[in-house]
Amino acid sequence: MNIQQISVFIENKPGRLQHVLEVLNSGHINILTLTIAEINDFGILRMIVDKPNTAHDILRKENVTSSVNEVLGVGIDDKPGGLLRLIKCFAENKLNIEYMYAFTQKKGDEATMIFRFEDIEAAKNLLIKEGFNIMKKIDIIGDQE
Amino acid sequence: MLYPEKEKISLEKLKELQLERLKWSLKHAYRNNAVYKKKFDDAGFNPDSFSSFDDMKRVPFLYKQEMRESYPYGLFAVPMNKVVRLHSSSGTTGNATVVGYTKNDVEIWAEVCARSLSGIGATEEDIIQVAYGYGLFTGGLGLHYGAEKLGAATIPISGGNTEKQLMLMKDFGSTVLACTPSYALNIADFAAKNAPELDFKKLKLRKGIFGAEPWTNEMRTEIESRLDIDAYDIYGLSEVIGPGVSCECEAKQGMHVFEDHFYVEIINPETGEILPEGSQGEIVYTSLTKEACPVIRYRSRDITRLYRDNCSCGRVFTKMEKITGRSDDMLIIRGVNVFPSQIESVLVAVEGVEPHYQIIVDRKGTLDDIEVKVEVNESIFSDEMKVMSELSSKIASKIKTHLNISAKITLVEPSSIERSVGKAVRVIDKRKK
Repeated sequence: MNIQQISVFIENKPGRLQHVLEVLNSGHINILTLTIAEINDFGILRMIVDKPNTAHDILRKENVTSSVNEVLGVGIDDKPGGLLRLIKCFAENKLNIEYMYAFTQKKGDEATMIFRFEDIEAAKNLLIKEGFNIMKKIDIIGDQE
Repeated sequence: MLYPEKEKISLEKLKELQLERLKWSLKHAYRNNAVYKKKFDDAGFNPDSFSSFDDMKRVPFLYKQEMRESYPYGLFAVPMNKVVRLHSSSGTTGNATVVGYTKNDVEIWAEVCARSLSGIGATEEDIIQVAYGYGLFTGGLGLHYGAEKLGAATIPISGGNTEKQLMLMKDFGSTVLACTPSYALNIADFAAKNAPELDFKKLKLRKGIFGAEPWTNEMRTEIESRLDIDAYDIYGLSEVIGPGVSCECEAKQGMHVFEDHFYVEIINPETGEILPEGSQGEIVYTSLTKEACPVIRYRSRDITRLYRDNCSCGRVFTKMEKITGRSDDMLIIRGVNVFPSQIESVLVAVEGVEPHYQIIVDRKGTLDDIEVKVEVNESIFSDEMKVMSELSSKIASKIKTHLNISAKITLVEPSSIERSVGKAVRVIDKRKK
């Protein structure tokens, strides 16, 4: 199973991120990595957490808008040119990345990158063919749900 | 139809009845109230000289401001020992306005509300959940008395406590819901969030009667599909009697004004001139039977149109269209007339957008600036920024196309826009008047 990411709508105002974190904390949700994309008035907080579906439910109960979707986790060599090799592969095959971010934890000699594609399965099949290490949900998130 | 002898009256007989009652009402106000006496005298109008509808133009208008200045009992035309009920507006924009009812007034009010319920197809077999606020606000008690008069089982739950509203819908088997349209959507939101397993198709709820704030046909479609009911518009204002001044019948095409109790005119809000039937303008009310607080040519500020058609329900009473705006709510933005209801129509036409919005008008330098806040729910939220930006641009461009104004669209979190069980705060005008 692919990695599940939870995304949260937050207004660009003091205290809003805190509110989301408090809700997650109340449900004992552990955040493994996160990134925020923002424009003027609002941001989209994207996270990999240990219990994405539970997080989605408790956020909904607290009237916080969120969604769960699948992203691709790819292991790359943690050395110069490691990311470049992967991105080149996308470019050559005309796969457009919607957005991407890095994972904070390292697994052996590999760093983990998170990618969002329009068509996740197409990207996945390509990378498997090219010999990249695709992370499963269980590798990253575990099996708490 | 509950009172066919009254509601199926011929147009000719209705006009006769109205003229006779108008003469009584004008004299009643003049003889028993000092404010009306002075107004009529100042305008050189003597009710004894009133002989035809054409004389209406000589009768002075009554403005909201005068009602406020008469706080609390200045417009009463009966001694206090004849008054059995008092209601009052919230007075958020100045002194409250207080209205009184005699026993007979309460009786008539109950009757017009009962007629309204009967008009939407409710009968004594129904269980009516009255989720309008009970108290000084006329919504709760008006529908309550109407529902009892109809003979229906009446649940006086009042507004709020949405969890309990849903519980009663299930356990008591309510068949008719009476509340504000925004609260009806609130109930749907709450259910979707907290009781996703609840299937409205399985409830006995079959009809809703919604009023106390203007709403659009798009909102009707949304309420009907989400609650799986037929939704009808009931209209009223506390100054005239409360809910039950007019109501849609099962045809859902215009609200019949109960003309045997209320005389209505459409005027040009700028000049006060009476406009011919079918014109759009401000609706002006004159009570025909009210004893405690007669209203004579009350300027409602509500913009609508009156017309008669051969309605399938058989009532001869004139119809009024849904209120398109208020002449004092009308925003003039860079010279363009804008009613909040127009913005609402645009929003609900964008797929997935719920009509939880707020319009904020400000003046930056010499230019008017309009911002529309729209709440982001799960159905329009995306983890992709480009999708969210496209949503903003789509709303902005639709507003531009339909209303010819450029609005800044701000996407905000759910429930961040103030809303109440009573009336939603739709417009904030920060410009110096």
